[in-house]
Amino acid sequence: MTPKSLYAIAPHLSRAECDAIAKKVLSFSTADECRVSINSGMRQNTRFAVNQISTAGDNYNAAVTVRSVIGKRSANVTVNRLDDASLRAAVQNAERIARLAPEDPELLPELGPQDVPPSVQWSDATASLEPEARAEAVRAITEPARRAGLVSTGYLEANAGSFAVANNKGLFAYDRSTAVAFTTTVRTPDGTGSGWAGASDNDFRRIDPRLLAERAIEKARKSVNPVAIEPGRYTVILEPTAVANLVQLIGGALNARNADEGRSFFSKAGGGNKIGEKVVDERVTLVSDPFDPRVPSGTFGGDGLPTQKVTWIENGVVRNLAYDRFWAQRTGKAPVSAGGTLAMSGGSSSMEEMIASTERGILVTRFWYIRSVDPRTILFTGLTRDGTFLIENGKVTRPVKNLRYNESPIFMLNNLQMMGRPERVSASEAGGPGQAIIVPPLKCRDFNFTSTSDAI
Amino acid sequence: MTASRREFLQQSAAAAAAVGLASSLARPVAAQPHVFQGDPSHKELVLRAIDAAKAAGAEYADARISSARSQNIGTRERRVTNIGDNETFGFGVRVLVRGAWGFAASSNLTPDEVTRVARQAVAQARANAAAMVKPVELAPVHHPPVPNGVWRSPIKVDPFTVAIEDKVAYLLEANAAALAAGARFVNSQMFFLRDEKTFANTLGTVTQQTIFRAQPGMTVTMVSPDNRDFQTRQSTDIQPKGLGYEHVLDADLKRHAARWAEEAKQKLSAKPVEVGRYDLILHPTHLWLTIHEAIAHPTELDRAYGFEANYAGTSYLAPPEDKLGKFRMGPRFMNVLADRSAPGSLSACGWDDEGVQPEDFYIVKDGMFVDYQTTREQAMWLDWWYKQQGKPTRSHGCSYAQTWADVQFQRMPNVNLLPGEQDLVWEDLIAATENGIAIIGDGSFSIDQQRYNAQFGGQLFYEVKNGKITGMLKDVAYQIRTPEFWNALDMIGGKRSYELGGAFGDGKGQPSQSNAVSHGCPPTRHRQVNVINTGRTA
Repeated sequence: MTPKSLYAIAPHLSRAECDAIAKKVLSFSTADECRVSINSGMRQNTRFAVNQISTAGDNYNAAVTVRSVIGKRSANVTVNRLDDASLRAAVQNAERIARLAPEDPELLPELGPQDVPPSVQWSDATASLEPEARAEAVRAITEPARRAGLVSTGYLEANAGSFAVANNKGLFAYDRSTAVAFTTTVRTPDGTGSGWAGASDNDFRRIDPRLLAERAIEKARKSVNPVAIEPGRYTVILEPTAVANLVQLIGGALNARNADEGRSFFSKAGGGNKIGEKVVDERVTLVSDPFDPRVPSGTFGGDGLPTQKVTWIENGVVRNLAYDRFWAQRTGKAPVSAGGTLAMSGGSSSMEEMIASTERGILVTRFWYIRSVDPRTILFTGLTRDGTFLIENGKVTRPVKNLRYNESPIFMLNNLQMMGRPERVSASEAGGPGQAIIVPPLKCRDFNFTSTSDAI
Repeated sequence: MTASRREFLQQSAAAAAAVGLASSLARPVAAQPHVFQGDPSHKELVLRAIDAAKAAGAEYADARISSARSQNIGTRERRVTNIGDNETFGFGVRVLVRGAWGFAASSNLTPDEVTRVARQAVAQARANAAAMVKPVELAPVHHPPVPNGVWRSPIKVDPFTVAIEDKVAYLLEANAAALAAGARFVNSQMFFLRDEKTFANTLGTVTQQTIFRAQPGMTVTMVSPDNRDFQTRQSTDIQPKGLGYEHVLDADLKRHAARWAEEAKQKLSAKPVEVGRYDLILHPTHLWLTIHEAIAHPTELDRAYGFEANYAGTSYLAPPEDKLGKFRMGPRFMNVLADRSAPGSLSACGWDDEGVQPEDFYIVKDGMFVDYQTTREQAMWLDWWYKQQGKPTRSHGCSYAQTWADVQFQRMPNVNLLPGEQDLVWEDLIAATENGIAIIGDGSFSIDQQRYNAQFGGQLFYEVKNGKITGMLKDVAYQIRTPEFWNALDMIGGKRSYELGGAFGDGKGQPSQSNAVSHGCPPTRHRQVNVINTGRTA
């Protein structure tokens, strides 16, 4: 489809348009099986730096992936030219490559028609966020920062699009979604203080730029001239963003096959996996639910299989791991889709109560440059950033220099002391919408900091 | 920052790019590769875009059309896990209106859509200009407009002309060699890119470039008999290059596979490292990543001025007036040169993504910090420094966008640590070390947002005692404070030991864009670096 207007609802392919494209592609196919996946939509962003807009970008794209299966052989071809000749060439190319591929002993037949309910991921407010409205939202941060004599930098991204999958066994599923993220870092002009605030949602109306400005400005002011403390094991109070930065790493390890093959934290000594074993504090429950209105996700996977609510960890015990269709069949289990979103259980403690109950500890706003060190224990390294404070005798007393940690979210959730109310956060390091995640603030003991950093 | 391997694999299919070799350096190639002769309709359309932008009120405009094809083949053990072919085609228009940037892009390449998108970029720039405090100024371009520039990567074999069955056979044979040597699991893959880019700007430059990239790779995994431990060896001896299929053939994964399996096996029984301070001997297959994080990123000028504060971060090399010509990065024999011209390097090109022919430039000269990476917008910020040095104020040619859908901005060129004058090699550095650890291959990496505190792992760690390797270590990571680390550099390899490393997944900007970049270096030795043990028990 041709984007017709400059703005209004962001262009994306409708159900009828996807259906027409899918039927056309399938009509070109001579393969035993053929699957068509169609992604389309707008990615719109505005960046600001030094209290003014630096760059912005609006782009539209629509791409079709053809998966052709001949016997036990398959190949994928993706194109973003949707004219008949290009689509026909894509089908021919996929069939040509599939014929040259070796047989795949793990190949499973395409699914037939599936009962796929619509998702709850769409917001007109996000889909119609024009450059003027984005500029206005940005000014709600740059103006107060400038008035405060501070320097604001940040990023607003709003995406709107559709996804469809169809095959020659009669399957057709269509969904559309929006996502938005708004983050800012406010620094003092002399670079001695830095504060961050951010939010992510499907609906832009649930993000308050003024609140982000207030939080980042307050942190920038309070973080000026941090003192160095000795690295070591500390009690930490982690704001929800910092918790999500680490808890989402568990999501990446919840794969049954890796566990069964002995190359995962979820591998069991002697063989098998840790389903049924207690791995973290009994207050911890981790769930992926596509219909959770706080953190919704798509309702079907890339092969058209409907996604279900999955409880990964319940009261500290591993209940499920992700099984693709092949591994489920091999091990006699039902397929379990990898979750698109994560929701963690919470408690009733307020941040104030956590701080007041702490004799000596560190308050962390967020983590940064988080990278795997040892997959055997889901051990990662990274640093605190943009608001790290010392707590002494129940009070936040002063800013401290940032610290590097070498720690695992598994150890952290075993050392759990207090939990607050869950909150949806922006936990993607790059500031895009990323994976939707809702987690509580936490107080944990013995968090392992291994060195200090001079970075502000 | 560099994306993790997992992120790279997720992004690479979508991310197109720019690489090549400056036209003045291009050499004839043995076999005729796919040559971009330039679709005349593309040239017409980019000119139409900048005309439409000018008519709508743009003071400056540039337009890019890109047709990028990529291919991924993945295997595990005796099985092909995926074969994917990806084509992405579209255009982007960037405009400057009243000193504010606007950018819009679309995959729908029709004359009407080109006009609409150009106007959309202008409308967006007007919205952005409303609260402009300091308008953008562009430095003059040091060369006359290039009305018909053509450039291509110096490849020998176009990967897209090689039969799929040959590629599959290559990978499965390499896997078989690893399995025969006892590997429990083996994954291998190939990735190729060909990007045909047509560019025009309102200065009169029109260029057409064809850029190739290739990366073959393998990961071998060993699991202990009791399932309590597993170790991997990644094929970091083989680095990604701006080359064709000849790079895959030269890499010869099959020849190395048994050794990688053996090394992974040795890691299972290696001695856990004792924490402490050691002299580190760093192999080029490892050191390139330390250079990337701890020299190349902090010398990006937008970071120094706070433009990337919300994600990639700022820099310890700031403010520029306190650092340029005043900050000692390392010993006098330390020289860091940036280029976009090295044959087969990932950042090479004829012109950058705003039509500037890149030049080689020193970032560190005789141990002293002397320059940053710049675009036309940024070069103006250092006008005072270049005047002081008696040099013209001009871009170093570091503008880059990952695909047609992304706005171009400052990205690093190849940033290289030059070899020393003495003809030293890896073995000489080991022989000269009493108590050290030798590290081969890049592994885990993390660095703070001003590039002070970094932690690096690796693939292989060897204990060095009295000039000899005495055994393998595991669970090693070193933590550094960047300025001390480079000033602790006391030995450097010579020309003979210089190698190019690199990555496709160099991330920066919001939305995050992937840059592809090479870093050349010899092996080095650094005195008394802090080493930690990362092994824990679950």
